[in-house]
Amino acid sequence: MRVLGIETSCDETGLAIYDSEQGLLAHALFSQIDMHIPYGGVVPELASRDHVRKLLPLTKQVMAEANCNAEEIDAICYTAGPGLIGALMVGASTAQALAMAWGKPCLGVHHMEGHLLAPMLEEKPPEFPFVALLVSGGHTQLIDVQGIGQYEMLGESIDDAAGEAFDKAAKMMGLPYPGGPHIARFAEQGTPGKYLFPRPMTNRPGLDFSFSGLKTFTLNTVEAAKEANNGELSDQERADIALAFQDAVVDTLLIKCKRALKQAGRKTLVIAGGVSANKDLRAKLEVTLSGMGGQVFYPRNEFCTDNGAMIAYAGCQRLMAGHTNDKQIKVQPRWPLTDLPPLDLPTDKASD
Amino acid sequence: MTSDAFVSAGQSLQADPVQIQLADEVAQVAFGEQLGRACNGEGVLFLQGTLGMGKTTMTRGILSAYGHQGAVKSPTYTLVEPYETETARVYHFDLYRLADAEELEYMGIRDYFDEKALCVIEWPDKGAGVLPTPDIELTLTKEGDGRAASLVAFTVKGAEILAQLRTML
Repeated sequence: MRVLGIETSCDETGLAIYDSEQGLLAHALFSQIDMHIPYGGVVPELASRDHVRKLLPLTKQVMAEANCNAEEIDAICYTAGPGLIGALMVGASTAQALAMAWGKPCLGVHHMEGHLLAPMLEEKPPEFPFVALLVSGGHTQLIDVQGIGQYEMLGESIDDAAGEAFDKAAKMMGLPYPGGPHIARFAEQGTPGKYLFPRPMTNRPGLDFSFSGLKTFTLNTVEAAKEANNGELSDQERADIALAFQDAVVDTLLIKCKRALKQAGRKTLVIAGGVSANKDLRAKLEVTLSGMGGQVFYPRNEFCTDNGAMIAYAGCQRLMAGHTNDKQIKVQPRWPLTDLPPLDLPTDKASD
Repeated sequence: MTSDAFVSAGQSLQADPVQIQLADEVAQVAFGEQLGRACNGEGVLFLQGTLGMGKTTMTRGILSAYGHQGAVKSPTYTLVEPYETETARVYHFDLYRLADAEELEYMGIRDYFDEKALCVIEWPDKGAGVLPTPDIELTLTKEGDGRAASLVAFTVKGAEILAQLRTML
């Protein structure tokens, strides 16, 4: 089965074609390609979420890259939620219009299911069951995954997501957006032990996260450092704070992952989402998991953040199990992952 | 739109703002709850204050006035988090990541203000020119170890909300 996947839940416009026999045939993100001409001039930064103008040129591009025509596409999948309603509607309408024009089935896909199945696109995919840590700018969730559609929410952030904490700490330190890579780079030059940041919610039982307090702690640390240095933050201070901050976030995630694996009785951990690209997090999780006789899996860097490939893949699995939608253009801005039906129980309205 | 008595931006309707010291997070949430009750599930509320000033904490208090008990996630990445309780519909916006106010059009911002709902908006300056005049603007600043909140009304409805709020303090 060959599936065209469309992702428009937030900022990124992502398209991909996945084939159940041949694997991923093509994928593209708007930001990766030169679309100045089809867009009609210079692409301004405000083009974030302007999915309307990006979708069809991107669709044509992945079709050309995969060297396939409309007849060879068996189905179309789109992100039906969770996300911004306006952004989701553009993807849903386009997907349904293409499906109607081409006479193909269509299926709305859960964005987070896409993320947690993204490592399945790698050469060595993980096997079910596993615990997944979805960690990005918008989410920090621990999920026990018994199979596709068999999810148990173990814990999640009660306020800020880990990726957002990185972004805001970076801003306080005068570093650009997105903050994760910049903090990681400065942390390499940091002095270990110069600062010690709290590990929020690790001293009490449970698997929920809270990163809002870390933000305030960072603000106070940055202000004190500036005050001691004539209002300026030196690069060494910046590096020291970056290291202490990153250590606190990585340690917190590490402690909760260990706890989640133990609680669920699993030996396999999947990490996905933008923060899963953090090298320090990956390295420490690998050490931890190998110490437990387990293994950690993650997607390649480009599939850590929002993309169309994960939507095409997740949709393909459900379509092959017989799930499809009716012709209604329907999105769900709020859609708990645990509401999804399991894969072995086909329904005709998978996103209802 | 709730700007029934439109007043040009930057010009407050009421001479006396509501000002209050909030010693800690508990006080911030408690005050948010009072403000939520005074709003009665309708209006446009701007939340001003730098990073880490407690804007989302204030929103948690406002939401608790309508019976919301669960997590209040920061909408920085998602731009808006919708809440629907038995007594109100609340949209919690965070425009921090907007590069240009025009981006709001791509997310269908106007639809949110057409409803009978309470719209709480963090970083409203990023949406200047597209956002409606707020009924109330709440500014949070640092005050010792706690926070100071200052509330100004920009519409007749905002003034009514502040009058209601004064009776609760």
